[in-house]
Amino acid sequence: MKTRAILSVLGEDRVGIVAAVSRVLAEAGANIEDIRQTILSGVFSMTMLVTVDEDSTPFDAVQAKLAEVGTELGLQITLQREDVFRYMHRV
Amino acid sequence: MSLEPEEIVETLLMITQQNLDIRTVTLGMSLAGCADNDLVRMSGKVREHILRTAERLVPVCDRIAAEYGVPIVNKRIAVTPISLLAAACTDEDVSLLAQAMDSAAAEVGVDFIGGFSALVQKGVGDADRRLIASIPSALANTTRVCSSVNVASTRAGTNMDAVVAMSRIVKATAEATADQDGIGCGKLVVFCNMVEDNPFMAGAVHGIGEPDAVVNVGISGPGAVRAVVEALPADADLTEVAEAIKATSFKITRAGELIAREAAERLGVEMGIVDLSLAPTPAEGDSVAAIIEAIGVERCGGPGTTAALALLNDAVKKGGAMGTSSIGGLSGAFIPVSEDAGMVRAVEDGALTLEKLEAMTAVCSVGLDMIAVPGDTTAETIAAIIADVCAIGVVNSKTTAARLIPAPGKSVGDRVEFGGLLGAAPVMAVNAWAGTRLSRRGGRIPAPLGSLRN
Repeated sequence: MKTRAILSVLGEDRVGIVAAVSRVLAEAGANIEDIRQTILSGVFSMTMLVTVDEDSTPFDAVQAKLAEVGTELGLQITLQREDVFRYMHRV
Repeated sequence: MSLEPEEIVETLLMITQQNLDIRTVTLGMSLAGCADNDLVRMSGKVREHILRTAERLVPVCDRIAAEYGVPIVNKRIAVTPISLLAAACTDEDVSLLAQAMDSAAAEVGVDFIGGFSALVQKGVGDADRRLIASIPSALANTTRVCSSVNVASTRAGTNMDAVVAMSRIVKATAEATADQDGIGCGKLVVFCNMVEDNPFMAGAVHGIGEPDAVVNVGISGPGAVRAVVEALPADADLTEVAEAIKATSFKITRAGELIAREAAERLGVEMGIVDLSLAPTPAEGDSVAAIIEAIGVERCGGPGTTAALALLNDAVKKGGAMGTSSIGGLSGAFIPVSEDAGMVRAVEDGALTLEKLEAMTAVCSVGLDMIAVPGDTTAETIAAIIADVCAIGVVNSKTTAARLIPAPGKSVGDRVEFGGLLGAAPVMAVNAWAGTRLSRRGGRIPAPLGSLRN
């Protein structure tokens, strides 16, 4: 089962954030569909639209791995199913 | 990406900073099949049925909350009004059924279970009488059970005999839980025009018109609405205020609709309703009073409060109506005192009185809610207060309710502490010129005329 999700990363900018997050996703078999990234007064902000292949790695396992990276790099990383955003902003 | 980054950030902020959450996913279930003339056997059946039906409720909700990143604060259960089961037996004390509900609720991990209830607006049946008499011990000997009794309706008028009986039960429940400031009364609601699909406690029951099992969802979000109103320019006019609230309510409701659908599907039961009530919590800023103050009233309870509340309540419904086709439950802003830090402050500042809360009841949901009054308030006075609340509901064809706590041994200015979602509150003054003789008359206040509306 493929689940579309929004991944958001917030925290202090440093070398290797995109690499670390992408590595987790690649290892989990999750595909990055779109990516946007900005730095606002030193705060790194990245939003990704990803498709999680739950047959490869279950959703909660991807969340757990991302949480590990978040703790390691001092970032706030959340992975949420995409429909919650679509529901709240589209009729 | 079809979603704009700003929209994603807005949703994340609403959740992380403005207390947007799903206040409750309530699983309603019919216990009709558990009726038995042996009380002990019936209690066993009730326990088994709840355990079986609600077994997956908490894990499924926790999973959904994790996947969507939207907290589901409470998982709850509502059951068939227990008076209908009590009719099968002849025992005077039926509080054993409450204990069965309590133990099943604890085992499946829900914080409240509602339905130790009776509907007596037109008359008190023998089972109703026995259930009502069992309320004080039922609430004193359980922690999760909630009780509600409907004493009035627009069609039937107000059953004053039932109102007086309930006022005595309120006093007895306070006494039975005196060691905890009368917390039992925090789980006891006296209703006018009770609804059958309310997911919020303490008034949730699973009505007889409902399917075997159903998922009802209560949204929250006073914090998110307050943030939006506060972010408006100081000179924004009231139409703009209403528009901003409407837009936010839409988003909050959509989150509720999504969670309700998902929970129903995963639990394999019907999706019932989304209740659009703005439900405050003791958390700072998650307050209906704070919204009223953000709209422009110096302190909640001051002149302008009823108008601001009416605007808020209506805008929430209009936005919510676009967000879901399954509106139900109470769907109106809640104004509990102890559960809303802004209301507590307004009482402490002398801005908010019982009389003003009664006026506010006319334009929003339920009304005199979680209000501590002096422990020596007489049963007749409490009955007269309940009768006033019922009159507003009966005449205006809306739900109203009273959840009063005559705090044992406490007087005006003292505080009661319940902890958790029930919060804490100052004891409020009660007008000393009560309708004692009115209450003692008993009988029924006839149903009002529905036409000749001028």
